[in-house]
Amino acid sequence: MTTIHANQLDAWQKRVDTGVHFMLGNYALVEGAISAGCDFFAGYPITPANEISERMSQRLPQVGGKFVQGEDELCSIFALAGASLAGGKVMTATASAGFNYMQEGLGYCYTIEAPIVVADVMRTRGDNFATYADIYQLRYGCSGDYEAVVVCPSSVQELYDYTIWAFNLAEKYRNPVIVMSEATIALMRERLEIPPAEQIELFNRRYTSAAPEEYLPFGAPENGCPDFAPLGKGYKTIYSLNPHNEKGSIDWDPDDFERLYKRICGKIRENADEICRTERFMMDDAEYAIVTYGSEVRPSIEAARMARDEGMKVGVLKLCNIWPVPEKAIAEVAGNVSRIFAVEMNMGRYVNEITRVAEGKCKVTPITKNRGQIHTSTEILRAMREETK
Amino acid sequence: MADELKINPLRKYLRKEKLPHFFCAGCGCGQVLNYYIQALDELQMDPEQMLHIGGVGCTARIPIYIKTDMCHGVHGRTLAWATGVKMMRPELPVVIFAGDGDLASIGGNHMIQSCRRNLDVTVVMVNNMNFAMTGGQVAPTTPEEAHTMTTPYGSGEPRFDVCKLAVAAGATHVERWTTAQPLQCKKAMERALQHKGFSLIEIVSQCPTHYGRYALRTGDPMKVMEYIQATTYSKELAGKLTEEEKEGKLPLGEFICVEKPVYAGTNMEL
Repeated sequence: MTTIHANQLDAWQKRVDTGVHFMLGNYALVEGAISAGCDFFAGYPITPANEISERMSQRLPQVGGKFVQGEDELCSIFALAGASLAGGKVMTATASAGFNYMQEGLGYCYTIEAPIVVADVMRTRGDNFATYADIYQLRYGCSGDYEAVVVCPSSVQELYDYTIWAFNLAEKYRNPVIVMSEATIALMRERLEIPPAEQIELFNRRYTSAAPEEYLPFGAPENGCPDFAPLGKGYKTIYSLNPHNEKGSIDWDPDDFERLYKRICGKIRENADEICRTERFMMDDAEYAIVTYGSEVRPSIEAARMARDEGMKVGVLKLCNIWPVPEKAIAEVAGNVSRIFAVEMNMGRYVNEITRVAEGKCKVTPITKNRGQIHTSTEILRAMREETK
Repeated sequence: MADELKINPLRKYLRKEKLPHFFCAGCGCGQVLNYYIQALDELQMDPEQMLHIGGVGCTARIPIYIKTDMCHGVHGRTLAWATGVKMMRPELPVVIFAGDGDLASIGGNHMIQSCRRNLDVTVVMVNNMNFAMTGGQVAPTTPEEAHTMTTPYGSGEPRFDVCKLAVAAGATHVERWTTAQPLQCKKAMERALQHKGFSLIEIVSQCPTHYGRYALRTGDPMKVMEYIQATTYSKELAGKLTEEEKEGKLPLGEFICVEKPVYAGTNMEL
């Protein structure tokens, strides 16, 4: 983590609106990005993500950043790639239908290892209701081999906090990072506490100290990521989607091909423990666990409390990120309970991952809802009762 | 006494390890690369201090041979990349090499919008009248009635005049030449590199491998160049030609060169 020097602090304070706010979720995400040092945003209008672009267009120029409304999502995502390679901390925001278009640019960024942050304020097909139906798209949407990093805030505060986290992960691992949101939290107003600037830990990408003749643009230790070189300073880097060797030269050597993709995947897979975060609620004596993510955490905690009032010992494992899968935490919980309830706002998707990790340890039961709204705590409670009758 | 081995002084701009290049024998892309590095040399511009962008296709490979930072490998998004780069680094010269398919087909909207915004970049569009790398399919720039791999009975679509489109969309510097005009190409590129704003240099080029063989029934690059010569005319002579004589032909020359504010994203200076 880099520390901000005293002389930088003044400028930084304009970015960090320290204090207690009552703020819209989409705005909190913007403030998180600005606090994290975002310099560039490009986006295309789409509901329910519009408040993000609108506030970005207002806030970024105030702190010396640049805002572009692209002619489409493809312009936006590739402008991000360009601005990221040019040294910027960059972000876009979209919603499911717009995220479809962005796969091409995301795939490029995974391959050339450009740090970018994408907010997907997920929505139902053709309309703006709440859903988590696209969680596999966040993971597997692009062609080619790569690993996705997806953080899942569950409140306005976390929309702020996790966006900073997303920027840090993107910069650290030179990988796109997705902030998963949906209408419930995006369009909710809630208490937001923005800490003083000097308390915010930021990670900035590493630049090479090598001379241009010695620089290997895609040379990195096993499971690590390469150092950047600035554009236009004689480093002659080719950022190509095509298979490339450590020198960045387009190359069809199967050994180079394998090395590239092993490292691109390995830098996330092998560092999953460092990336993944979970939180536990009432898990100490729990006989059952709800494993859930995003806004579904909210009714899940309430449902666990209600279940405990009835004598059913339920705890909650909250996944702060869903990709990479927090396997360690899920496996540990699976070893300590008789059953996991996988609560999610779709027809049952992440339950597949939980089942895979919990195999042989405990039963896994999906509690799903795809009605354009999050679960109520009573619905979750009723489903748990039903399943354990 | 053995003659000293003479090396073209412009080789210093090229990546030695990438040569020989992968273009077909007789392809115009090699000529375009040649004219371009001559222009750079003339202006004493160092490609190592610039960014070059190629999308996908034969033309997109041109900058791979230049010693420079570059983005490559996604079809049609060259101007989208450039938009982001120019927002972060407005002083960094950005030159794009795009084929007609890349720029006018899949990247058509990015081109129109970048012209409208007057994004400060140079675009060299090599127009070989078809999708060449994929094997000679019809493009928006394919002349009407031409036979290609996907218009086996002749193309029924009218073609784009990409320069006309760029001027209409707001580009501030637009020229068209052919590979058979080395001096004009080089000078046009020099003007483009010095122009502040959106420059489009279209170079009509021969693809003997595909367009030549399928549409013109010849694999001879000279014959394809003769065809290009016969189907283009100098803009200066336009007044002396009848509408019939100009029918189906592309004018060559400089179509616009004006100064206008360049795109700077949303900022508080307005």
